[in-house]
Amino acid sequence: MNKKKSLTGIHLRRFIAYIVLVIVTFFCLFWFYLLFVNATRSNAALSRGFSLIPGGFFLKNWTNLLHGTLPIMRGLANSLIIAAFSAVLSVYFSTMTAYAIHAYDFKLKKFMFTFILAIMMIPTQVTALGFVQLVDKMGLENSFIPLIVPTIAAPVTFFYMKQYMESALPLSLIEAARIDGSGEFRTFNSIVLPLMKPAIAVQAIFTFVTSWNNYFTPALILHDDKKKTLPILIAQLRSADYLKFDMGQVYMMIAFSIFPVVVVYVILSKNIVQGIALGSVKG
Amino acid sequence: MNKTGGKAVRYNKWGYIFLAPFLIVFIIFQLIPLCTTIYNSFFENYLANGGITQVGPNFIGLENYKKLFEAGDIWVYTKNTMILWIMCFIPQILLSLLLGAWFSDVRLKLKGDGFFKAVIYLPNLIMASAFSMLFFALFADTGPINSLLQSLHIIDEPYKFLSNTGSTRTIIAFMNILMWFGNTTILLMAGMMGIDPSLFEAAEVDGANATQVFFRITLPLLRPILLYVMITSLIGGLQLFDVPQILTNGTGDPNRSSMTLIMFLNRHIQISKNYGMAGAVSVLLFIITGVLSLIVFKINNASGGKE
Repeated sequence: MNKKKSLTGIHLRRFIAYIVLVIVTFFCLFWFYLLFVNATRSNAALSRGFSLIPGGFFLKNWTNLLHGTLPIMRGLANSLIIAAFSAVLSVYFSTMTAYAIHAYDFKLKKFMFTFILAIMMIPTQVTALGFVQLVDKMGLENSFIPLIVPTIAAPVTFFYMKQYMESALPLSLIEAARIDGSGEFRTFNSIVLPLMKPAIAVQAIFTFVTSWNNYFTPALILHDDKKKTLPILIAQLRSADYLKFDMGQVYMMIAFSIFPVVVVYVILSKNIVQGIALGSVKG
Repeated sequence: MNKTGGKAVRYNKWGYIFLAPFLIVFIIFQLIPLCTTIYNSFFENYLANGGITQVGPNFIGLENYKKLFEAGDIWVYTKNTMILWIMCFIPQILLSLLLGAWFSDVRLKLKGDGFFKAVIYLPNLIMASAFSMLFFALFADTGPINSLLQSLHIIDEPYKFLSNTGSTRTIIAFMNILMWFGNTTILLMAGMMGIDPSLFEAAEVDGANATQVFFRITLPLLRPILLYVMITSLIGGLQLFDVPQILTNGTGDPNRSSMTLIMFLNRHIQISKNYGMAGAVSVLLFIITGVLSLIVFKINNASGGKE
């Protein structure tokens, strides 16, 4: 009898869990569906009101946006260049930093590890003022360098790599490579990096997305129209008198900024979600 | 290794070589800016008369800090930031605890949990500025949400979502919940799965129900992770910028009630070019986040994590 009771209890709980999950899913996806629908409707249809059925203006909105005042293809290219270089440099050098701490015994090792963990949570915003002044002095305004190079020092990526190395990189392997006469730098490039591939993939995606979405720092550095990234163009769209805009184009612009990441995520979501749990609080 | 001491030393110099890129970049792009930011906070340095006259830089000691606190704006923006964080954090942690408990419950055997986890994490990866622009368009006075509510006869007149303090803050908090609860859920779930399963079995043998198990076993054992999540969320909350900035076009309207600390800082750097004040605000934020980071650091060290 007791068993039966707990069985219905679990059925009820499962039922509630599914209902809540469906509601949560709705709230997560509804906005993107609405965005997609609105990007396919004409300005006239949009001003007439709400609809859940896509219209036939997708291509029209797209060509209007393409030939409009916002340099979106330029923005896309700029965003892609910055995000891609950031991702590559950040994972390569973070792995290298993690390797330095993981594989070698040097005097300052413990201090450096503690130090990097200590600075992990300091937000970039608090140094933004000095950063902007420094960039001005170096003559790197409107350059991508101050947005790409600083990602080499990424404590969070470092920490993830370090955690991963502890489980996936036995020191005996490095010892064996040394006996075979491999130089330290070559060992790192041809033995360590391939073994770190799963962690590198996860962190490369995260760094790419973070850089792609970043608005605060690029907005302080990039003022030239030809150098602006997508988030800056979005902000520009917002600060313009939006009512004068063709709303179909506005939605298309938002969709254009959001959907590349969504597509990548749909393809890779399984690895990404596993990856977050992997690198979370406890190793 | 002891046998070949000389050799080990020869190898170990590579530790410094591999560490060098990180250190060099850190010093140039973070440490030096941090120092000059602090340095700036002691100087009077701004543009007056609508940007025509440059005042300073003149050394004025702690005058900027004094002015900052006396003007009182900083308190308003601190309060706004904290209200927005609390409005976001409390619903988020409750929802995440619930979902985390369900996902990690082996007896519940939820189907499609991979799909649900992927969906709830999705908003975290969305460009915050584009997402804000979307909500701005959707919740505009003549936007789709108003037209939907009107056609359902819930309201007669368009509701001015972005002209009312409550609704503006609610939209900002709601967007942040959407963007962060998936991440929190996955962190909490990882913590819950790390709890010794024999504890749950023992509780089951003793006849405890799901609610009792949650409150008597899961929650107490989760306390370090909850604290970690709370403080990292608070550090993130203090950095709140993109969403309110885009949603309100940098004004923090209505009546500056959604102006956050970083928006205030951004105005000083970009618009008024008051570098002295910007420095003082930065130092203040640095001290607060520094103290909070220290707590996170202590939690992580205390709860092991070292193999």
